[in-house]
Amino acid sequence: MRNIVAIAWRDIRSVFVSPIAYVVLTGFVLLGGWFFFNMLGQFNRTLEMYSGMQGYDTTWMNLNDAVISPLLHNLSIVLLIVVPMTTMRSFAEERSGGTYELLFTSPVRVTEIVIGKFLASTALVTLMISLTLIFPGILTIYGNPEIGLVASGYLGLYMLAIAYVAVGNFTSALTSNQIIAAMSSLVILLLLLVISWPAESAGPVLKAVLVHLSAVDHFNTMARGVLDTRDLVYFATFIATFLFLTHRAVESARWK
Amino acid sequence: MIEVKSLTKAYGSLAAVKDISFSVATGEACGFLGPNGAGKTTTMRVITGYMPATSGTVAVDGFDVFEQSFEVRRRIGYLPESPPLYLEMRVIKYLEHVARLKGVSRSAIGDARDRVIAACGLDDVATRLCGHLSKGYRQRVGLAQALIHDPAVLVLDEPTIGLDPAQIIEIRELIRGLATERTVVLSTHILPEVAEICQKVVIINAGRIVLESDIASLTADGSLEDEYLKSVSGEQPSLTDDERDAKDKKDKKDAPNA
Repeated sequence: MRNIVAIAWRDIRSVFVSPIAYVVLTGFVLLGGWFFFNMLGQFNRTLEMYSGMQGYDTTWMNLNDAVISPLLHNLSIVLLIVVPMTTMRSFAEERSGGTYELLFTSPVRVTEIVIGKFLASTALVTLMISLTLIFPGILTIYGNPEIGLVASGYLGLYMLAIAYVAVGNFTSALTSNQIIAAMSSLVILLLLLVISWPAESAGPVLKAVLVHLSAVDHFNTMARGVLDTRDLVYFATFIATFLFLTHRAVESARWK
Repeated sequence: MIEVKSLTKAYGSLAAVKDISFSVATGEACGFLGPNGAGKTTTMRVITGYMPATSGTVAVDGFDVFEQSFEVRRRIGYLPESPPLYLEMRVIKYLEHVARLKGVSRSAIGDARDRVIAACGLDDVATRLCGHLSKGYRQRVGLAQALIHDPAVLVLDEPTIGLDPAQIIEIRELIRGLATERTVVLSTHILPEVAEICQKVVIINAGRIVLESDIASLTADGSLEDEYLKSVSGEQPSLTDDERDAKDKKDKKDAPNA
């Protein structure tokens, strides 16, 4: 436990003493703010247009469907690109910088290293996502979005982001080159995004498998406000699988 | 203290060390000599538990490096060929981090840090970033991290490589001081370094041990350099006495620290 904290804390510090954390956080919130501003503006215009029509029912329009849901979806795409950039260093940099030799000649288990690094990468992502809570916060002041729906959507986005972190750490453990690490995890994540495309034409079994494999489909369910244990189990399994693969990757590198 | 038995380490089909055996007694300083690519670093990486052996065993203080890896790691301080520094960390913070990793108890970390900072002469740079240090200071911080948990065994991979002559003398003095109370394995290709610091020498060439001997008996037979060249090339040095004298003088001039 002490080793996990030591490793995680060092990684977190190293991100925050360099400009990395600030650039990533600023960029993420800036993009989020742009999405939010535009979606809210569009919602406003549509509402004004319809409410000008006599006898038109506008009760079907709500902030959750018009602002929060698209905002979360857009953020999920940004995360898909940003997370590999924040995780590419985690193992690759230690490997190329020679500090791997320090880690693996210290009385520290590979599991502790893997979990410590995973927690450090997760911490940054947690901060990124929490900063965007300001947008639903603004909505609750000036409007009345359904809080449960917001919470479920945010939980989905958070789980998705942690799953991305697990993939990013895995590819970082495979190589000493950070660009290769970032590129490979981007490819894996994009493939996961589109893995359900052939589902339309596939047979019933394959279709079910493909849809179930797609991380984004599980996120979509949660973003719609459906909190299903199956989705949570999916993300937990996904993350555990990639942590295990990371462990294997780190171990196997020493045997070569 | 260190017992290497028929150790073989292969990278794929390439065997970096083949069936080597040697031992280092407690409190002894052993110089590990050999040309580049002879297998020095590989051997040290196996001794420190960084990578497992393909076959053969290594025991440190009676513990097998593979089976009882953590017991061995607690007893070994290791300075790899390039010091394992986190360049964005301050020296103090870095040493505290290493102390935590090495399992130094929370209350003892401060003392351990101050002890190695004093021992390695790091007072002036303690609050600077590792990445801003000169090569000599980086090497010292590397030594400091190897010493932080007060290990009984020190494994140093080419500790003076790439340093200027004044730095070489400093680091060498430092190591000599450390070697009085610890078991040391030191790899180098600077011959006088071994003669100055070590009681024992192991010469390795192309993955095999070609000589294992006490420095004392070796220097009685002839110069270490002759033995080295003989072992590495597998034949007698062909220099005449006059040529050798001339070469010795030249070497002394080239290496002011010799």
